[in-house]
Amino acid sequence: MFEKDKLEELKKEKKEWEEGSLKKVLDKFAERKDEFMSISDAPIERLYTPEEVEGLDYSEKIGYPGQFPFTRGVQPTMYRGRLWTMRQYAGFGSAEDTNKRYKYLLDQGQTGLSVAFDLPTQMGYDSDHQMALGEVGKCGVSISSLKDMETLFDGIPLDKVSTSMTINSTAAILLAMYIAVAEKQGVTPDKITGTIQNDLLKEYIARGTYIFPPAPSMRIVTDIFDYCSKNVPRWNTISISGYHIREAGSTAAQELAFTLANGMTYVDSAIKKGLDVDKFAPRLSFFFNSHNDFFEEIAKFRAARRIWAKIMTEKFGAKNPKSMMLRFHTQTAGCSLTAQQPYNNIIRTTLEALSAVLGGTQSLHTNSMDEAFALPSEESVKVALRTQQVIGFESGVANTIDPLAGSYFIEAMTDKIEKEVLEYFDKIEALGGVLTALERGFFHKEIADASYRYQKEVEAAEKIVVGVNKFTTGEETQMNLLKVDPGVQKKQEDQIKALKDERDNKKVEELLEGIEQAAKGDENLIPYITEAVKEYATLGEICDILRDVFGEYKEQTVF
Amino acid sequence: MDKKIRILMAKPGLDGHDRGIKVVARALRDAGMEVVYTGLHQTPEQIVEAAIQEDVDAMGLSILSGAHMALFPKIIDLLKNNNAEDILVTGGGIIPKEDIEELKKIGVSAIFGPGTPTTEIIKYIEENVKN
Amino acid sequence: MSDSAELVKRLLKGDRRAVAKLITLVENDKDAQSAKIMHLLFPHTKKAYIVGITGAPGSGKSTLTDRLTLELRTKEKTVGVIAVDPTSPFTGGALLGDRIRMKESCTDKGVFIRSMGTRGSLGGLSRATNNAIRILDAFGKDFILVETVGAGQSEVDIVNSAYTSIVILVPGMGDDIQAIKAGILEIGDIFVVNKADRDGVDRTVMELEMMLDLNPKKNIWRPPIVKTIASRGEGIEELLSCIEKHRSYLESNNLLGMRRDCRNESELMDVLSYRINKYLLDDLKQSGSYTDLLKKICEQKIDIYTAADEILKILWKKS
Repeated sequence: MFEKDKLEELKKEKKEWEEGSLKKVLDKFAERKDEFMSISDAPIERLYTPEEVEGLDYSEKIGYPGQFPFTRGVQPTMYRGRLWTMRQYAGFGSAEDTNKRYKYLLDQGQTGLSVAFDLPTQMGYDSDHQMALGEVGKCGVSISSLKDMETLFDGIPLDKVSTSMTINSTAAILLAMYIAVAEKQGVTPDKITGTIQNDLLKEYIARGTYIFPPAPSMRIVTDIFDYCSKNVPRWNTISISGYHIREAGSTAAQELAFTLANGMTYVDSAIKKGLDVDKFAPRLSFFFNSHNDFFEEIAKFRAARRIWAKIMTEKFGAKNPKSMMLRFHTQTAGCSLTAQQPYNNIIRTTLEALSAVLGGTQSLHTNSMDEAFALPSEESVKVALRTQQVIGFESGVANTIDPLAGSYFIEAMTDKIEKEVLEYFDKIEALGGVLTALERGFFHKEIADASYRYQKEVEAAEKIVVGVNKFTTGEETQMNLLKVDPGVQKKQEDQIKALKDERDNKKVEELLEGIEQAAKGDENLIPYITEAVKEYATLGEICDILRDVFGEYKEQTVF
Repeated sequence: MDKKIRILMAKPGLDGHDRGIKVVARALRDAGMEVVYTGLHQTPEQIVEAAIQEDVDAMGLSILSGAHMALFPKIIDLLKNNNAEDILVTGGGIIPKEDIEELKKIGVSAIFGPGTPTTEIIKYIEENVKN
Repeated sequence: MSDSAELVKRLLKGDRRAVAKLITLVENDKDAQSAKIMHLLFPHTKKAYIVGITGAPGSGKSTLTDRLTLELRTKEKTVGVIAVDPTSPFTGGALLGDRIRMKESCTDKGVFIRSMGTRGSLGGLSRATNNAIRILDAFGKDFILVETVGAGQSEVDIVNSAYTSIVILVPGMGDDIQAIKAGILEIGDIFVVNKADRDGVDRTVMELEMMLDLNPKKNIWRPPIVKTIASRGEGIEELLSCIEKHRSYLESNNLLGMRRDCRNESELMDVLSYRINKYLLDDLKQSGSYTDLLKKICEQKIDIYTAADEILKILWKKS
């Protein structure tokens, strides 16, 4: 960006500064630390000048929004056209309880829905299963059948509202239910918009809600890609996630590298199945964490777009620009929030939300201040939503696109993270790819080491957590926490019983057998699941069949 | 005597978030303890049976899913039925203050919530296991 | 602390807690307590068939042990499992995670699983582990599966404690057979090539066969090679049948008795060397003559062997 002569001159000037004014001060007052590191332990220099971005080619590396390599954003107008979607992850108790919360959030100005399902639903158990004991409705909404889904979206027009569903192992079933509910509203599948997370690889790596082993899981994922590309074209078929990998303790570079490596694995898998990359890739989406090292995160998001664009063109030969765009949802970092002095969490979330916006996210969830205690109360989720609204409508940061571009620091960091990510790609490749690396415990070891190191740093006060290892008060803040109705489990159990009495059990049995046969072969499973779901086969019944055919995954033991 | 503290670490129920339990397990190992780690998706029966066979001095259970008021009591009951009440029961995760008080009443010795330093956990276990 | 006689009584009546407590006692003890316990239990220890399972980390030992357990249970055999994991030499602690792979067997009353750290024992299985095997034997288990650490001497020394030793390999992971330590390949009574759905499985089998062909100690038993995919339960039936075949072979050739003798002698030597060290040498180490000799070695006045001679002379005189 600068001519060679000018750069030499600048280098000289910097040296003079270092030996002059800087030295004068350092001789009298040492800096606060010997080394300054990001939260991911990346070294941060005192000063960034043109020297640090020597050789940076604007057109090649930074470019223009909506154009390869998309560093500055995936749309030409970004937030000047439309603000990011304000999409708060929500769900608890029964479908009725959650339906009420959705209506509240939409009233308060939320612009998209995001469904949190309880663990039994995520793990393929009906509410009346033994493994569901105590878990029904606790960390998400309980959905055992289409009946629950109908209640969940009662009064919510699915042709007007887009819905993201955080569902993975049972994604096919929930998607089928969603489509069925839309059809009952008179909305055809080609009109519905939304996302299913559907990212099994990160479940094995960091989240733990897996059911089947990797191979059949990949089959279901690609079945969904295929089915949706033909029947549900406006649906994002996957949200390739780094959020959870980061929550499990990885560094920023690891979060990005492992997520994109997983992404490549999915693309590879779909292509091997015979799908055309430009047909399914435009509907891939991503999900990142926004952690508390402000600038590192912004650099991470920009690097993500650039790396993915290059991968899609160079490795997979994509021609459609939509295939090259990394569109992502962000959630602010849950693991950065504390139980001590919970009001501090509002500030943390604000900064994290801001870096996501400055990083160009397409949609955003902000955590509530009571994150360390319970699911968000109405009051605390309102504040979280307002955080986004203040940023979007008052702060002015959305008035221009990618405002931090050109900052010597940001561009240097973006390059650095990109370099680190590519090194991780090489490592994973050398191990034989994501699935083999997974088997060998590579991801678990990296994450376990990073999280242990961080814990030690916090305990040694090398990393400060306000209210926890500095500025502590020992007082406990009284909060009005959300309580999930303990009667939900019984209500659900009764409902399932009634459902099984009312429906055509013979038909259900036939359809379940159809699923079994399809699962044993290699037909696309989605049409079979859709038929069964419409006849009110339960989630647990369908999963039991699949568990029998596919087996269950056993976790890795890696620390 | 080569006596070591043996502790069982497990995640009861369906919750899959294991960052905390893995960090604590490693810290306990580094403090010289033998950590029997049985991992995710454990039923109360599996936990208690493992605790008995491994003759552990203590157990550390991690629950972030909100299911603690159903799972802890079951485990405490099973320990009683198997005459294993001498095993120190501790836990961690997302457990609100009122629930912690309830759990202590039924026999849970300590709950180590978010932000607890591992050094505190180690100290507590060393001082409270029955010798 | 429970009286060990009381615990043994309870064990013989089938009390699982007593079994667990007895294993803890022998683990935490160097000699005296174990002596008491073993004295009471020994008459009851002859029934169990001991199988050693060894292999490099990542070869799938725990999964295979779990599947083998399940298979044995379908044949209504009771099983004891001892899973050994390394104790950290720096901290003295251990992460014992093999139970993760054994969830189904956990609540099966016919199975007893115990995880043990190596606790500093350098070679072979520790005295504690051998005593734990005997405890499970007295408890009435038909089969005892001992899963070793899979790195170092214990892999080879398993042969002193087990009747049938299984060595697990994985295609592509250990690279060439030639690169694998010679000792391990010599102790295998049965070889398992696990994760047999991976590339290179046939080459691994072929290399193993070639190595077995070259073995100069060819006796009548030619170790079979079994391909398994333990995670899917494939090949396990065949593996069990090989174990049974090996057992029949040992029994019908009077070799089982020999292996038992070998095991007994190895444990005897273990106890003896501990006792000699403790009871004979400990005293001596406190004495002036010992420290004098050490000083002399330091000053280069006497070499180590001569010093050893002097020590033996002192010991002879004492006795």
